[in-house]
Amino acid sequence: MNHHEIRELLHAYADDELDLVNVREIEQHLRACDECRRIEEQIRALRHALNNDAPAYRAPARLRRNIRAALRREAKATERNFSPWFVFATGAAFALILFAFVFFQTNRASRGNAIVDQVVDNHVRSLLATHLVDVASSDQHTVKPWFDGKVDFAPDVHDFAMSGFPLFGGRLDYLDGKTVVALVYQRNKHPINVFIMPATGSSDSSPALSNRRGYNLFHWTRRGMEYWAISNLNEAELRQFIALLAR
Amino acid sequence: MFRLTESPRLSEFERKVLPHLDAAYNLARFLMRNEQDAEDVVQEAALRAFRFFDDFRGENSRAWFLRIVRNTSFTVLKKNRPDEMNIAFDEELHGGQTPPMDAGVALDRAQDRQSVRAAIEQLPPEFREAITLRELEEASYKEIADIAGVPIGTVMSRLARARRQLQLILSQTK
Repeated sequence: MNHHEIRELLHAYADDELDLVNVREIEQHLRACDECRRIEEQIRALRHALNNDAPAYRAPARLRRNIRAALRREAKATERNFSPWFVFATGAAFALILFAFVFFQTNRASRGNAIVDQVVDNHVRSLLATHLVDVASSDQHTVKPWFDGKVDFAPDVHDFAMSGFPLFGGRLDYLDGKTVVALVYQRNKHPINVFIMPATGSSDSSPALSNRRGYNLFHWTRRGMEYWAISNLNEAELRQFIALLAR
Repeated sequence: MFRLTESPRLSEFERKVLPHLDAAYNLARFLMRNEQDAEDVVQEAALRAFRFFDDFRGENSRAWFLRIVRNTSFTVLKKNRPDEMNIAFDEELHGGQTPPMDAGVALDRAQDRQSVRAAIEQLPPEFREAITLRELEEASYKEIADIAGVPIGTVMSRLARARRQLQLILSQTK
């Protein structure tokens, strides 16, 4: 290295940034070159002055406090935010719940409609065939025991002849995929079919009227049993009958 | 999901980065040349560092944080005081390249802290940065290069020129 190259490296030398080979070469040169030695001394004097007078600033306590407070706010604000995965999962869960709800509602509605149709069909069929009843009796004590062993539940059977709705008999029928009890009452030649089956839910519901193909239907749930009553009887009289039955 | 308790990310940040707050303030203070701007810059840099803390890969946390402080400082300087950025140190005005023969002797006569600070503040921003990091924070050339985002060769030449200018200023303030 010549004098100029050495001069360029004097700062790195004073800063201990050079490797040993360069350090040796520079030290050799310094012993011979007055100018470089003077520059090197000036560098060291400057460094000495800068370190001695400790001109470095310290962070004010106020700044430190402010930063800590700001960081805490920032951490709260940002880390309450949900991760993309959580957002995705929540969205998916909501979508699934919504879908299930809609599906269930649609399903329930269509099941409701399907049952109403079945009830009407059963009623019409019972009138067409000579199969209105399996057990023809106005005696509830004859009709009720007849169902023993034929269905796995015991329906309430009452005769309402005193109120103008005599019991005509009972039969087995098929509704909503299950064997059900059908009780037949008569009101001035108007047959009334009452279908009874165990309820799927546990909550009671009061009789609700619907109409289908000219028939009046009432549907209700009571003490774990589901009832469908259907007739071509007028609504007022059928309601009277339902009041007796659902008492 | 919810972090109701103290954030672990925050505690790690406080443990790794906040110990360098003095160095950060010192650098910002010399770059901005006033208290209020320095505090603003460091506060903003700390928040930015916290936001980008996930990018920090455990190298040198001081150099990482100081780089953010430095970049924040220069952004503010360029935006608010663009004229300052372009002032090159007028070496002719300060009596040529070479300091006087007695420059070292003059320095021995103990500068007070204020005049040393004032002298550093007269340097151009990049030189203030090099001197502050090297002389006051004792950063290596490599660290300074990382923080300033320049090659080591540039760090060397900036330091050499910054020192020459400092010597001139200090020997003239006598």
